[in-house]
Amino acid sequence: MIQTRAITPDRVVAVAALVLAVSAPLYVSSYWVGQLLTQMLFLGIAAASMIFLSAYGGMVSLAQISIYGIAGFVLGNATTNGNTKGLNLGWSPWWGIVVGIAIAVGMALLFGGLANRSVGIYFLMITLTYSVIANLFFGQVTDVSGFGGISGIPAPGAIGPVDAHTNRLYYVALVVALAVYALLRYLVRTPFGLTLQGVRDDPVRMASLGYNVPLHRTIAFAFAGFIAAIGGVLFVWWNGHIDPASIDLGATIDLLVIAVVGGLYRLEGAWVGALFFVIINNYSQRIGFIGPRFHTLIGAIFLVIVLVSPGGLVGLWEQVLKLFSGRRRGPLDRNPIELGQAEPSV
Amino acid sequence: MDSALRRPGAVRKRRALTAAQVRVLRIAGWVLLAVLAVLPLLWVLFFAPTTGKFATSFGSAVHDPKDFLITVLNSVTAAGLYFVVASGFTLIFGLMRVVNMAHGVFFLLGGYVALRLQRDMVGGGSSFGLQSSQVNLTHWIVPALAGTAIVAASGLVMQQLVLRWTQGQDLRQALITIAISIILADQMLAHFGGIAEDIAWPRNFDTFTNVHVSGVIYTTTRLVILGIAIGIGLLLWVWLKRTRTGMVIRAGVDDRAMVSALGINIQLTFAIAFVVGSALAGLGGVIGGSFASLAPGVDANWLLYSLVVVIIGGMGSLGGAAIGALLLGFTSNFSAAYLPANYTYYSIIFTFVLVAFVLAVRPLGLFGRPA
Repeated sequence: MIQTRAITPDRVVAVAALVLAVSAPLYVSSYWVGQLLTQMLFLGIAAASMIFLSAYGGMVSLAQISIYGIAGFVLGNATTNGNTKGLNLGWSPWWGIVVGIAIAVGMALLFGGLANRSVGIYFLMITLTYSVIANLFFGQVTDVSGFGGISGIPAPGAIGPVDAHTNRLYYVALVVALAVYALLRYLVRTPFGLTLQGVRDDPVRMASLGYNVPLHRTIAFAFAGFIAAIGGVLFVWWNGHIDPASIDLGATIDLLVIAVVGGLYRLEGAWVGALFFVIINNYSQRIGFIGPRFHTLIGAIFLVIVLVSPGGLVGLWEQVLKLFSGRRRGPLDRNPIELGQAEPSV
Repeated sequence: MDSALRRPGAVRKRRALTAAQVRVLRIAGWVLLAVLAVLPLLWVLFFAPTTGKFATSFGSAVHDPKDFLITVLNSVTAAGLYFVVASGFTLIFGLMRVVNMAHGVFFLLGGYVALRLQRDMVGGGSSFGLQSSQVNLTHWIVPALAGTAIVAASGLVMQQLVLRWTQGQDLRQALITIAISIILADQMLAHFGGIAEDIAWPRNFDTFTNVHVSGVIYTTTRLVILGIAIGIGLLLWVWLKRTRTGMVIRAGVDDRAMVSALGINIQLTFAIAFVVGSALAGLGGVIGGSFASLAPGVDANWLLYSLVVVIIGGMGSLGGAAIGALLLGFTSNFSAAYLPANYTYYSIIFTFVLVAFVLAVRPLGLFGRPA
């Protein structure tokens, strides 16, 4: 798939989205910036880590929210001072970031190392197990959190009290999200990224060529854990509070919904899905017959997307483009949901 | 791009290990096994103290055989319930490669249906629900059968309506079952509320039984659970090993395409397996709802137990499910009872260690075979 034209629909949309995102605080309410858009950015970062693993590593991981939560809980334990549950170490917020992300990446290495010989639905099941265990761990171990969670987690001074300066956290999250996107786009073009895609497409052949397949999977998982941990740090700053319900099965599935609705095979889908999710979450209550049944609505949308357009909203967009241009994409245009163990259907 | 392909990433060739290295690794593996299996055993049997910084609730088995025996019984009966739920999960997975993520929600649905039917049959009850003294055997068995049947029917509808048309796309099917579980869980929250409720045991079961060992007097309900689990295990075993349908299912686990090519109606077999697997989730929900309670979020726990049991035991293996259930039952109950009293809430870590250890040694589970 070689793009020859400089101006493609994709690029026009990308530039427009960037301009809109940067200028958003000028014309939308501070509620929109502080609640919806900031939330969209950090949920998108977490979803991007899932999409990266799925699109380039062939692994659909449900453990991303637990890594995100581990970073958040460590940050909460490290930086709070006195009046809440947890260890209350009272460190500077900057040290909290370093330690939080480091421990989260360490756990991701462990998780990835244990699951690196599994693929497809086995990987999905194992990572779901991690996710539920992490939730139960933080719910039960009162030394580090307990049921009520950790409150009053401060953001660094430069970002300031988040409620008073909604724009600051928004722009920080925007810059971080762009950096994450650029980093992932770069990574998949490096030798490591290309090898990872080889592992995704044919692990047996890559192994016989002499590549260490489990090690590549583990490193990819740890890297995705790093991205998810960044999302977790932003979430904790935004929310000021984290409790086990932030990473329970519902949250795990919400992140999966974001990634699948956005599109499991293109990184942009992460933020598209996240924007869709937060808007539905915020406004569905006003629709009379839906009311508090937000999850029924999002479940139904998820079901329709999985059945009709496995590429998600981004996949729909690509299909529309294809319809108008009449050109067909190359063989790279594939559908990750239908991957997994190739098995003849009977 | 071309040059990048010619010098692949930093992590590449894996050198063959020398014989000495293999020996060292093997010794390290055994040492790890000893640390993970033998030390806890020694701790429970001989060393667990009742005083000091690491005081446990009961002390060692030598010191307090009665509570040790009770913990063993707790483990085995919990394992019975894990087995009932997880065997349905593994049956569906083994034959159809469908990871039924709605299994936990089916568990909850079975429990709620039985709960409502029981309340209607007995008529009311206080705001705390029914007392066992108000409930006779029929008031428990009929709701149990109804809950099981409704879940079995739901499973069949799900399989026929959405899963049948996406066969072979196992990841997509897993996502479909997740979507259905989101919707069902939310609807159950709407219809049955968010307060924890439980099904009342019939008064015949709500007694104590003298086990005649070390003077242990044990709750009859847990022994009933164990009896049901053993009965179901035997029935499944006879069904799979001795009947024609069972033979087709076992053949289908090994090679679906071949079974189909032999002219057997594999779609019918799939439907039967899905009905039975869902029914087991529903029955598990009735028993679990009588034994513990039903509330939103309980489904996540039972999905976790099912996943852990089949990951440990090997996916699609009935014997593996039994062994996995026992390992999970013993690990969770003993870690909760024999960790030092100030640290019992760390017991969840032992469940993780169990999963991690099995995955590290046998990625396909103890009885798993490659697909």
